Amino acid sequence: MGTKILMGGIIKKMLRQETFMSFVKLTTSALALSAMAATAAVARDQVQVAGSSTVLPYASIVAEAFGENFDFPTPVVESGGSSAGLKRFCQGVGTEHTDIANASRAIRDKEIKACAANGVTDIIEVRIGYDGIVFASQIQGPEYTAFTPSDIFNALAPKVMLDGALVDNPHTQWSDFNADLPATDILAFIPGTKHGTREVFEEKVIAAGCEATGAMEAMIAGGMTEDDAEDACLSVRTDGRSVDIDGDYTETLASIDANTNAIGVFGLAFYENNTDKLKVATMSGVEPTTETIAKGEYPVSRPLYFYIKKAHIGVIPGLKEYAQFFVADEVAGPDGPLAAYGLVSDPELADTQQMIADEETMGSNS
Amino acid sequence: MTDATMTPESARPSRSLIHEDARTKKRNASERRFRAYGIAAIFTGLFFLVALLAAILSSGLPAFRQAVVEVPFTLTQEQYDAAEKALLKTGIYTDYFVTSLTQTMESEGVEIEFDEKAIERLLGKVGGDLRKFYRANEDQLEASVSFELAAASRVDRYLKGTFAREDLQSGNRFFMPEDFDLIDAMRDAGLIKQVFNWNFLTGVDTGVDNPGGAGIGASVLGSFFMMLVVLVLSLPIGVAASIYLEEFAPKNRFTDFIEVNISNLAAVPSIVFGILGLAVFIQFAHLPQSAPLVGGLVLTLMTLPTIIISTRASLKAVPPSIRDAALGVGASKMQAVFHHVLPLAAPGILTGTIIGLAQALGETAPLLLIGMVGFVARYPGTFVEGFIEPNSAVPAQIYNWAARSDAVFTEKAWGGIIVLLLFLITMNTIAVILRRRFERRW
Repeated sequence: MGTKILMGGIIKKMLRQETFMSFVKLTTSALALSAMAATAAVARDQVQVAGSSTVLPYASIVAEAFGENFDFPTPVVESGGSSAGLKRFCQGVGTEHTDIANASRAIRDKEIKACAANGVTDIIEVRIGYDGIVFASQIQGPEYTAFTPSDIFNALAPKVMLDGALVDNPHTQWSDFNADLPATDILAFIPGTKHGTREVFEEKVIAAGCEATGAMEAMIAGGMTEDDAEDACLSVRTDGRSVDIDGDYTETLASIDANTNAIGVFGLAFYENNTDKLKVATMSGVEPTTETIAKGEYPVSRPLYFYIKKAHIGVIPGLKEYAQFFVADEVAGPDGPLAAYGLVSDPELADTQQMIADEETMGSNS
Repeated sequence: MTDATMTPESARPSRSLIHEDARTKKRNASERRFRAYGIAAIFTGLFFLVALLAAILSSGLPAFRQAVVEVPFTLTQEQYDAAEKALLKTGIYTDYFVTSLTQTMESEGVEIEFDEKAIERLLGKVGGDLRKFYRANEDQLEASVSFELAAASRVDRYLKGTFAREDLQSGNRFFMPEDFDLIDAMRDAGLIKQVFNWNFLTGVDTGVDNPGGAGIGASVLGSFFMMLVVLVLSLPIGVAASIYLEEFAPKNRFTDFIEVNISNLAAVPSIVFGILGLAVFIQFAHLPQSAPLVGGLVLTLMTLPTIIISTRASLKAVPPSIRDAALGVGASKMQAVFHHVLPLAAPGILTGTIIGLAQALGETAPLLLIGMVGFVARYPGTFVEGFIEPNSAVPAQIYNWAARSDAVFTEKAWGGIIVLLLFLITMNTIAVILRRRFERRW
């Protein structure tokens, strides 16, 4: 009541000043409308997606095409990283929670448990295809044209093998450990820990290099258990030569632009969109292209996923149709728009399509 | 007491107004130095402002122009029916268009070797626009319609001069070196040209493979609805709170405590309000995610302290004689406030409100947490839906575009900054006009 009188007083006074009249009318009507909106039912009619920033480009392509080709509204896709997306996905069942989580890695057991604790039990796992991770540098920069996992490990690991012993990484230049590489300062921009890309980088490059150089054996010989040695193999040096990038590839690109000697880790599609600024290095002699990744020749690639909350199918209109559209041959197949943007299409796409049609959840067939 | 500091008359040096003594010179010199510092500071500020504006304009203005392919195109009823049966309908429309364009180019006498793949590389995503047109205008089937459809991002950049032949080392599936010749030939034949990019102002966000089609329109609307919520909530609440605190509240520890807290709230980082909004409005109150209503509520919390502080300052600035005179002729306290003090304080209140709104308009961090930074590609259907349907906001859209790999999106991000600045300038102009209109001197 008190505020009503107060508002009334203001309005009465202001009404005398003519210019205010329309303004006040607008304000009061908008107030009424927003109150109505707040109390209106909040039923959601569009699919809500969150997760990996690597999957986001593909998801946005599909979301736009879905809106153009169906009568359902265009889905809303947010990014923020695989872990963040899965965390939100696992918060519960209900229209205020997301329907789909995009991920650039498979869901972890820990996350499945967290999901189950919040009542999210039936999850459909959809593999949409593969993505390659490339090492690239400034186009006019030093000749970083060929790397092996061992090179990256020698450059970026905290402890490396030197003359048969495990020592703190003394390398400051690439040529310190491989005479074929240029004599330039080591500086690498790698994805930060909240990115799914980081995991692939650690497992397929650093850990592989750790084994290949014999550092892992030396660690075990030095009294570590195998598990500890595996974990130790995943770490990178912290003296500033390896820099974590928590943002998107654009941030990595900006860092590369500013540092002639640096190398950066990118997704294949991002590199191919910026070939006027970046040159790519081969890994173990294989050039990263969609073909070499599809054949499994290029070693640093990973599958991309999204996860559907089965309880939302039938509640959120268009959810199943969106998932089916995403993995349809016309979209995710080798000639579809996703492949045109850089996704390496999954040879087992037909199985995935069947799985969505049957709404087969994780663990239901094992 | 004063003796100690007093200098005897005889010891004081003789002074002249014509000849400066050493101490006067020193004082004058330090004043001149201070003035020089001041001028230097102003020029440094101006330099940065000019540099910033130049950077924004030079990077952002190209976003308002766009390369389009202009071709007459005929779609038959048969083709339409066939396309509508497919799953990826827009893909079929694109194929039709590519075929038709190839024929047009042959008849127009473009004498360069090319294949349909090359045409596809040079075209933007045309299928969506075509399908939308024919679904809305089925009567145009079988008739020749002249379309202006966005060209691919590299064509756009080539015509704007930001992507040159020497930038391309080797081709890939996005662009081949021989495509340059094809663009030149098509431009000479009048098939490709640059036009003003209305779509940038009216369109919605697009997928990453369609930079040419992306527009900022929907997010401008999202920002507008958010500002409406902020204005409607924070102005009455803020003004009511400040009037009570300033004119009616007893001065005691409790009101002091409230005052200190309001001042502190004004300094709280905006992301904190975002977390609060996520917890209270979305997870507790179950309001829709990504909705301008929630964004507006969060930004209201952020703007309230600013409005309360500026309103109280302008209420304080009204001379007590006005209140005293009103009370003296028998007005009640409330009459004195609402009939006399508030109208005089209105210009200050409005300025404070608009500054608060402008601050809220540029805010991205809290929106990140309530889901407004994402891919939202549609307009709300009705006025009420404008509040509760998912939408983005201009700064969030800029942030989004800046992170995408295609250079045309970066250009659009800069263009978005220009739109945001225009939005801000408009708001500030309104503030200045209102201030001028209602300002009263005494």
